[in-house]
Amino acid sequence: MTHPKRRFWGGLSIFAFAMIAALAPASADDLDFSERLKPETFTLKNGMQVVVIPDHRVPVVTHMVWFKVGAADEAVGKSGLAHLLEHLMSSGTQKLKPREFSQIVARNGGQRNAFTSYDYTAYFQRIAIDRLPLMMEMQADLMANLTMSEEKVASEKNVVLEERSFRVENNPAAILNNEVNAALFRNQHYGLPVIGWRHEIEGLTREDALNWYRTYYAPNNAILVVAGDITAEELKPLAKKYYGKLKRHKVPARLRAEEAEPLAAVRIEMKDVRVKQPSFQRAYLAPSARTGEGREAEALEVLAYILGGSNNSRLYKQLVITDRAAAGVRVYYGSTAVNDTDLTISATPTHSGDMDALERAIDKEVARLLTEGVSEDEVAKAVKTLKGDAIYALDSQSNLANQFGRELATGGTIKNVLEWPQRLSAVTAEDVNAIAGKVLQPQRSVTGWLLPEEAAR
Amino acid sequence: MRALMKTFCLSLMVVFAALSTAPTVNAREVSKSPSGQINVQRVVSPGGIEAWLVEEHSIPIISFDFAFQGGAYLDLSGKEGTANLLAALLDEGAGEYDSQAFRSLIEENSISLSFSAGKDSLTGSLQTLTANKDLAFELARLAVNEPRFDKEPVERIRGQVLVGIKRAEMNPNSVASKELFSRLFPGDPYGRSVEGTAESLVGISAKDLRAYRAAALTRDRLKVGVVGDITAEQLGALLDKTFGALPDQGAPLQMTPVAASNEGASVVIEMKNPQSTVIFAGPSIAREDPDFIPTYVLNYTLGGGGFSSRLLHEVREKRGLTYSIYTYTLPFDRSAIWVGQVASDNGKISETLQVVRDEITKMRAEGVTAEELEDAKRYLTGAFPLRFTSNASIASQLLGYQMSGYGIDYINERNAKIEAVTLEDVKRAAQRLPSPDEITFVIVGEPEGIE
Repeated sequence: MTHPKRRFWGGLSIFAFAMIAALAPASADDLDFSERLKPETFTLKNGMQVVVIPDHRVPVVTHMVWFKVGAADEAVGKSGLAHLLEHLMSSGTQKLKPREFSQIVARNGGQRNAFTSYDYTAYFQRIAIDRLPLMMEMQADLMANLTMSEEKVASEKNVVLEERSFRVENNPAAILNNEVNAALFRNQHYGLPVIGWRHEIEGLTREDALNWYRTYYAPNNAILVVAGDITAEELKPLAKKYYGKLKRHKVPARLRAEEAEPLAAVRIEMKDVRVKQPSFQRAYLAPSARTGEGREAEALEVLAYILGGSNNSRLYKQLVITDRAAAGVRVYYGSTAVNDTDLTISATPTHSGDMDALERAIDKEVARLLTEGVSEDEVAKAVKTLKGDAIYALDSQSNLANQFGRELATGGTIKNVLEWPQRLSAVTAEDVNAIAGKVLQPQRSVTGWLLPEEAAR
Repeated sequence: MRALMKTFCLSLMVVFAALSTAPTVNAREVSKSPSGQINVQRVVSPGGIEAWLVEEHSIPIISFDFAFQGGAYLDLSGKEGTANLLAALLDEGAGEYDSQAFRSLIEENSISLSFSAGKDSLTGSLQTLTANKDLAFELARLAVNEPRFDKEPVERIRGQVLVGIKRAEMNPNSVASKELFSRLFPGDPYGRSVEGTAESLVGISAKDLRAYRAAALTRDRLKVGVVGDITAEQLGALLDKTFGALPDQGAPLQMTPVAASNEGASVVIEMKNPQSTVIFAGPSIAREDPDFIPTYVLNYTLGGGGFSSRLLHEVREKRGLTYSIYTYTLPFDRSAIWVGQVASDNGKISETLQVVRDEITKMRAEGVTAEELEDAKRYLTGAFPLRFTSNASIASQLLGYQMSGYGIDYINERNAKIEAVTLEDVKRAAQRLPSPDEITFVIVGEPEGIE
């Protein structure tokens, strides 16, 4: 019950990053976020950052604790450890018997879950506002006093291995995706699957899990995000009471390697008897909001949108409507990452399944973009649509909580989030063309083909 | 602005359950009252079209969900997939706008308009910024009333559906589900795929799509749920504009109930997966049956609720045999089934299914304990308000309740119905659960130890 794939969360940021929203979408210049979204933040004495996102429509809150640690922080040979600990985080304390945390949340009409990504691990409950103190008390207890038996660790490892079968091994497209990532990120841990390699999951121990927990689950490495029917003034005494008593301790700095400039295009072809319909993906190594310079990340968001963000995009029009080389095509870019990330083109050939024609058509369209560039008009339209779409993000308190949590857990700031529309508005055709020229280069890419295994039939 | 429109304003309370015990923490630390209010208005347009509306003016957006009863049920024999193809084409060109012009207008104005077909209905969903609402509703009107079905989009979307069908053959869940329905409802439209087949799709013409639209999209089959920055009066006018030109009535729908097969079976479909994917189901109780709510409550304890169900505890927590296991009641307009899903590695699936069978048998024999019933009630009533936290989800709830035939007071009464369930009710409902022998298990993979 976790979502370990970065794309499921980070990939949403093309539109969802924005939450902040405009008053009048027609006039992009007078956005007034302060009218719609008023996040407040403060930091407890032990270093735990707190963010409150008021939404008073219904008396419900989303309570989240984010830790600035994820799969990309794992030591060599220990892939899957961040995710395994996430599974074990409800295993109990001196006060909470195993199962009791889940039971108490449910008995109080709440829902709980957790997720792990490369750069963060997060735990949340959605519940009626008057139950919030109870959630905070239990989450704080789990943060400091976690216990786990050998039996529980062994059993949960089996659950995780079943999860791996379910998410990856039963799904040829997911296997290919892992292989593409492994080839694209050669020097940083984004190349490892968040859920871990099977043989390494099997080797993880209770001691590994406890070490991980003791090392990284400190208040000074955590962010509390509460969205819903509450104000900072109301939350402050509760945060102090429950989380304020946790002791800070030194947490190792994130040791992250930089990618070397790639020098060779990589191709991966995977054949599998289970494949009935071929598919194509090409990932380009791309800067993230953290590693990009100036407006590079925003320009990449605009580029992804113009190239393949919708059924009105360049690739869709050319490949799907005009050439009839593809049944569908999309481009994804998620900017929220500590290290360099990827911009990925995914496509499915038409019923006839001609992958060569599909790739040629993609190459041609990418080449056209690089030689002719995008126009100011295209950029203006894309910016307007992306900002307009961002208003919808205001409708969901859990979405808002996720946006802020993700941003802060990857080293960003609240200001970053709030100023996203202005930064997006500032993007010019020149910005987009410059970043396209830098990123859409064959030697920065890994191309993956998923094909049926005819020979084995 | 006209005053002809009738507005029945029913002020409904969604009570945010005041639960009796909050272990160890004093709820008064948060001074907020734990009850909130959602006002659902029944709006009837000047032209007589009804919608349920929740006004919410704090965000400049409108969520507008609507559906026509019928869906894939109305697909002609040999033309399976018509409703689904139609749904995918309604926003691909209408009125004076061809596909690209239509899509451009939608996108450049941050409008979202989509349609989908299900076994019993065809659903539309419109989201717009308040500032663009006139254009948004005009596009919805065109999509519903004047779709073009030009050759290019028809062939393109048909191709996409065909590719989708091929992709589904790689997905063990899709494969299992398709097989399950064909066995539960042989010879009935419920046994068919909403997407149709590669053969049936080829035979669907633009003329067939027009005929389906003209016959199926009628005002008597329409329900509407709306939430957002719009008043009852504004909505009334837009309802008439959007749907006013549709025929008042379609041909009567033949709603003959059909019972799902209770013959039971274990069916293995070979797929070279390391893990076996299982979907199982048997006949269940209709929405109108007095035991429907007790069955719903029972299901929470058996396989419904997040991390708290018996099946999750037995199969995942105690034995580590799966990542996910859950069950649910699935009512249709003419039938109802009880469904479960689980996956375990090929060597373990046989043990998993034995535990599942044992738990069903135990539930049928003993029902639930008083504590389990109390837990179920607390969760189900307490979590009900979580469905009402965003405009989009409220609109979808409002539509869903209408499609289920519930009255506008359902939201108000729902928790009381849950609270009223007794141990005896659950015991009776438990005896009406399908027995393991009456359940069809479809297993996709290379399971070991399954006959």
